[in-house]
Amino acid sequence: MSGTIAEKILAKASRKKYVEPGDFIVADVDVVFAHDGTATLAFDVMKELNEEKVFDSKKVVLFIDHAAPSPSPAISAIHNRMRDFSKLHNVKLYDVGNGICHQLLPSEGYVKPGSLVIGADSHTVTHGAFNAFATGVGSTDAAIAMMTGKIWLKVPESIKLELNGNLSEGVTSKDLVLFLIGNFKADGFNYVAIEYSGSTIEKLSVDSRMTIANMGVEMGAKASLMPLNENTRVWLSKRVQGPITPVEPDKDATYYKTYSFDVKSIEPMVAAPPNVDNVKPVTELEGLEIDQVFIGSCTNGRLEDIELALRILKGRKVKSRCIVIPASKEVYYEALKKGYIEELLRSNCVVGPPTCGPCIGAHMGLLGPNEVGISTTNRNFPGRMGDRDAKIFLASPLTAAASAVEGKITDPRNYLKEVS
Amino acid sequence: MRGKVVKLGDHVNTDFVISGKYKFKTQDIKELSKHIFEDLDPTLSQKITVGTIIVAGKNFGYGSSREHAPRVIKEVGVSAIVAKSFARIFFRNAINIGLPVIVASESFIDSTDEGDKVSLDLEKGIIRNETKNMEENFKPYPSFISVVMREGGIVSYFRKYGAFPWDTR
Repeated sequence: MSGTIAEKILAKASRKKYVEPGDFIVADVDVVFAHDGTATLAFDVMKELNEEKVFDSKKVVLFIDHAAPSPSPAISAIHNRMRDFSKLHNVKLYDVGNGICHQLLPSEGYVKPGSLVIGADSHTVTHGAFNAFATGVGSTDAAIAMMTGKIWLKVPESIKLELNGNLSEGVTSKDLVLFLIGNFKADGFNYVAIEYSGSTIEKLSVDSRMTIANMGVEMGAKASLMPLNENTRVWLSKRVQGPITPVEPDKDATYYKTYSFDVKSIEPMVAAPPNVDNVKPVTELEGLEIDQVFIGSCTNGRLEDIELALRILKGRKVKSRCIVIPASKEVYYEALKKGYIEELLRSNCVVGPPTCGPCIGAHMGLLGPNEVGISTTNRNFPGRMGDRDAKIFLASPLTAAASAVEGKITDPRNYLKEVS
Repeated sequence: MRGKVVKLGDHVNTDFVISGKYKFKTQDIKELSKHIFEDLDPTLSQKITVGTIIVAGKNFGYGSSREHAPRVIKEVGVSAIVAKSFARIFFRNAINIGLPVIVASESFIDSTDEGDKVSLDLEKGIIRNETKNMEENFKPYPSFISVVMREGGIVSYFRKYGAFPWDTR
């Protein structure tokens, strides 16, 4: 019996020879995590279950990242409950300042090819970039997984997305995934596992692969899986313990559907309000005045994203407010060592400590009534990043940086032409 | 199960259920439920009473994994959500907390208006709009979800049986 990457990981996790789409399975989780937006509700559920203990203290991880450092006494109380839980159960807690869960989980070595990763956060699909089956759940599922190490899952259909060719100058992995979301729409891959393949994904950096996998959930996907590539293998080898064994799809695996794209013709893309699938080429939105730019989040807060932004920001001053937040302390430190933080400050950007911050409307730069923001984040729903009447445009770090310099939505290729 | 319909459109996301303004201020479901649907339509919460059945378009509940979204909907008394489709995390969360989520046909949903009386039989898989006198079948839940739903969610199930449904299989 042959399987897709998703089916092979789920078969192993449920101790079966094979699984088929539609099967209900009970699977062993390799790691389960929650953050300050979801953890305390999971603790409440554990209390209701009269089982406030964890199945394996090494496989449960907590992150204080959504509003960190705390912007209010109420959130401080939430953080303190997490600290208490961490101490009581000897569970690793990444406290204020360490960074965003989806950046830390792999960089701290919790994710390996073939892992089943369960997170109380919708962007858990990010870890598919590491050849793992990673999916987001709510606090009840997370609580049960923390308590028993198990989760019930329906085996999803797999669809194959073949991406071939090289991205054009000025076009990033963010533009590619926005293009896909515009094409397949917000519910296009509801309940399915996306399996990426092709030369584009094979060649991409770890940072870029994470950006693409991250936004799979914006098409409804249960998981966004990628085959392991050399860049990712090297990256992981410095971080994980034990052998790295990639999970390849079987040659005769069954896909519900297969789609192929040549990525060469994709342009810089922008998701306009009020939904992530309202995607247009940047050329259609050029000139629209903006108040604030945000470069950061689990989607685009990595070193590569800061490097991309600096390709345009370096030696220039921003016209609109520009907030840059590295996704983790490691990213921040690398950026500091390379002199990027200084360059950002010279451009008059604000550099914040690692946090989800404005992306989820928690703190550190919320949009006021009728303000317009362009952001490298993942959702643009009304009210997401501040006032409900604010408008949020989603774009790549290049487009965000070019827009910051002009104070209006700008095609980054205008700037890149000068240097090439 | 029988209730009056509150009608919503497509893509009702989790940020519409609980606005960004509140979702990181407190984790208290009762407190959060005071602000339900505020960014979608500030007058909406007044229309919801105990027993209300929400009838919505496609991709209901897309966005965040935060279980607060289905929990506040249950908290304000909504007895079921009927939609053209659901986002998967929301669907799972609703089942886990014992809030019935039913997929009905586009034509049934398009012909159902706000204020209609709708009844649901989860076990038999029948949905009926009594006001419009129309009825259709939906696929009942698989047995293991069906028992979770009958017990009012997975926590209630566990408290009653001392095990999860899969433990006893």
